[in-house]
Amino acid sequence: MTTHAATAQPSYLVDTGKRKGLLAWLTTTDHKRIGVLYLFSMISFFLVAMGVGFVMRLVQLTTFQKLITAQTYNALFTLHGVIMIFLFVIPGLPAVFGNFFLPILIGAKDVAFPRLNLTSWYFFMAGAILAVLSLFTGGGAPDTGWSFYAPFSLKTGTNVSLAVFAAFVLGFSSMLTGINFITTIHRLRAPGMKWFRMPLMCWALYSTSWIQLLATPIVAITLVLVILERFFGIGIFDPAKGGDPLLYQHLFWIYSHPAVYIMILPAMGAITEIIPTFAKRTIFGYKAIAFSSMAIAGVGSLVWAHHMFTSGMSNLAIMLFSLLTMIVAVPSAIKVFNWVGTLYKGSIDFQPPLLFALTFIFLFAIGGLTGVMQGALAINVHIHDTYFIVGHFHYVMFGGTGMGFFAALLYWFPKMFGKMYSKKAIYASWFPMFIGFNLLYFGMLILGMMGMPRRYYVHLPQFHTMHVVATVGSWLLVLGLLMFFGALLYALFKGPKAEDNPWGGVTLEWTLTSPPIQENFETIPTITHGPYQFEQESQ
Amino acid sequence: MSEHVHRDDFGARLGMWLFLVTEIVLFGGLFIGYSYMRYKYPIEFHHGGAELNATLGVINTVVLLTSSLTVVLAIVAIQRAEKKRAMAFLGTTLALGLTFLVIKSFEWAAKFHHGLYPNAPHLATLPPGEQVFFGLYFTMTGLHGLHVIVGLTILTVMLWWVATDRVRQDRYIHLENSGLYWHLVDVIWIFLLPLFYLAA
Repeated sequence: MTTHAATAQPSYLVDTGKRKGLLAWLTTTDHKRIGVLYLFSMISFFLVAMGVGFVMRLVQLTTFQKLITAQTYNALFTLHGVIMIFLFVIPGLPAVFGNFFLPILIGAKDVAFPRLNLTSWYFFMAGAILAVLSLFTGGGAPDTGWSFYAPFSLKTGTNVSLAVFAAFVLGFSSMLTGINFITTIHRLRAPGMKWFRMPLMCWALYSTSWIQLLATPIVAITLVLVILERFFGIGIFDPAKGGDPLLYQHLFWIYSHPAVYIMILPAMGAITEIIPTFAKRTIFGYKAIAFSSMAIAGVGSLVWAHHMFTSGMSNLAIMLFSLLTMIVAVPSAIKVFNWVGTLYKGSIDFQPPLLFALTFIFLFAIGGLTGVMQGALAINVHIHDTYFIVGHFHYVMFGGTGMGFFAALLYWFPKMFGKMYSKKAIYASWFPMFIGFNLLYFGMLILGMMGMPRRYYVHLPQFHTMHVVATVGSWLLVLGLLMFFGALLYALFKGPKAEDNPWGGVTLEWTLTSPPIQENFETIPTITHGPYQFEQESQ
Repeated sequence: MSEHVHRDDFGARLGMWLFLVTEIVLFGGLFIGYSYMRYKYPIEFHHGGAELNATLGVINTVVLLTSSLTVVLAIVAIQRAEKKRAMAFLGTTLALGLTFLVIKSFEWAAKFHHGLYPNAPHLATLPPGEQVFFGLYFTMTGLHGLHVIVGLTILTVMLWWVATDRVRQDRYIHLENSGLYWHLVDVIWIFLLPLFYLAA
C-alpha cells in the first residue's frame, strides 16, 4: 500500500460532513468515532466509581465510628458495583476496542450495521442516565448490591425499579453490539481473510458476542420480572405467593456468570495481540487460543450455580457445578501457557503495553487460582460472602479486565489518536498502581480468610489492621490511576505525533496511518497469510 | 469523498436471525420459570388452566397462524412486483393481529372480573401455586401481547413503505425481516397455548 495516497485522505478525526464539532460526533456512524465516544464515556464512569470505592475504603479506616450512615454505605457499594460492572467492565473492551479495531483487523470499512452501532451507544448512555437518576428519585439510591437479590430487592423502599430498568437498557445495548459484531465477522472479512487468518482479538470478540447474545436476554427478563413484581406483585419470586427467591438467583447467575467471560475474553484477546508484537514472533498455539475462547464461552455458560453453593440447592447440583467450575479453568490456563510460550525465546522489546500485559497475566493468575479455590466445596462454605470473594473478583475484573483494558489502551492509543504518550510517565504510574493494587486486594483475600463478611458497614477490632493496610493500598492505587489517565490526557493534547507503526506490529491496523482515514482502507487489502508473520521468521 | 453504498441482504437477514435468538432466550427465561413452578405445583397448575377459556385460546391460535400465512403471501407478492396485492395481504395481517389483541383483551377483562389478577383479594385466598400460575399467565401472555403490538407497528410501517415504494421487487429485505419477526411472535404463541390453556 502506498502511504502518500493514504495521507491524502483526511483522518477520521476531521469533520468533512455537513455537521461540525460535537454534533458531528453525536450523529456519526463511523465505528472509530463510536469507539472513541464509548472510551470517553466509560473512563468518566470509571473515575466516578473509583471515587465511590475510595470513599468506601475510607469508611473502613475506623471500626465503629463512621463518616457516613449505614444506609449511605449500602448505596455506595451498590453504586460502585452497578457502575463498574454495567458501565465499565462488561461493555469496556468490546465497545471501545472492538468497535474501533474489529473492522480494521478483518480488513473492513465499518461494522455490518453502522446505524445500529450508534443506536447501541445511545442505549448505553440512556442506561447510564437512568442509573444516575435512580439515585436521586423515588425512594433514594438502591441498597441491594449490584446483584439485586430477591426477596430484598422486591421489598426495599429504595428506587430499585429504575436502577433495574437501567440495567435492562444497558443489556439491550450489549446485545445489539453482539449482533453487530457476529454479522461483521461473518460477512465483512477482506478477501483471503479466512477464519484462521483472523487476529485472535477477533476470535475473542466473536466468542464474547455469542455470550452477549445468548446470556443477556435471560437477565433482561429476570430484571423485568423484578419490576413487575414490585409494581404488580406477580409473585414469581415471592415465597408468600408460592414463588421462589432461589429461582431469581438461578436466572440472575445464568446471565451474570457468563457475563464474567464477556468481561475477560476481550481482555485476553487484546493481550494476545500485544504479546506477539513485543516478542516479535508469531503467537504460540494459534488454534489452541482460538478454540479456548470458544470453549470458555461454552463451558462458562454452565457454571453459574457456583455462586449459590450455600443457598440450599441439592448436593448433586452443587457437586456438578463444582466439577464444571474446575473444568472452565482449563481453557483459561491454555491461554496463559500459550502467552508464556510466545514470550519464550522471543526478541522481547519491553514497552509500556507489554508491562501492562504481563501485569494482566500475573494478577489474572492470582484471580484465576483463587477462583479455583472457591470452586472447591469445603473452602467455598468457609469463604462464602466474605472479603475473599471481593478480593478474588477484583483480581479478575480489575487485575484482569481492567489491566487488559489499560494494556489495550496503551497499545492502540498512538493508532487511535495519532499521539504518543510519555513512556516514563506511564512506567511511573505503574509502580503505585501495582503496589497499591496488591496491598488492597490481597489484603481483602486475607481478611476474607480471617472471616470478615463482605458488604458490612462496621468491622470487629481483629480485622482492623488489615483494613488499614487495604485502605492505604487504595490510596496508592488511586494515585497510580490518576497519574496514568493524566499522562494519557496530556499526550492527547500535547503529545508528540505518533508514527504509523510505533511498536513494529504486523496486523492490519499498523498498515494504516495514525490516526486512520475515514473508511480505514484506501483499497481493501487481500490477505495471503496468517496474522502474526514477523520478517525474521518468514525468511 | 465518494459515498460508500454498502448493501448486504444476507447480512441483514443474519442479523435478524441473531436478534430472534435473543428473543427466544428472553422467553426462554420465562419458560424455565414455568417448568420449575409447574414441577413444584402440578395440581394447582391443573386448576389454574381450567379457569382459562381454551376455545378462545384456540381461536386466537388460528387467527395468528393465518396472519403468519398472509405475511408470507405479502412477501411473495412483492417478489412478483404485485404491489396492490402485497398491500392487501399486509392489511389482512394487520387486521388479524388486531383481532388477536381484541380477543386477548376480552380474556384478560374476564380474568380481572373474576378477581384473578396479581394482588387481587380473591386470588390471595387461592393456594400459592395458583397465584404463581396467574402471575406467570399475565407475565407471559402480557409480554407476548407487547410483542404483537410491536410487530403490528413494524408491519404498519412496512405497509407505508410498500405504498411509497421503499419496499419493492428488488429491495424487500425489510419486509422479509419484519415477516421473520412476526413468525417469531406466532411461534411463541404456539408454545403458550398448551402451557396455559391446555394445562388442565
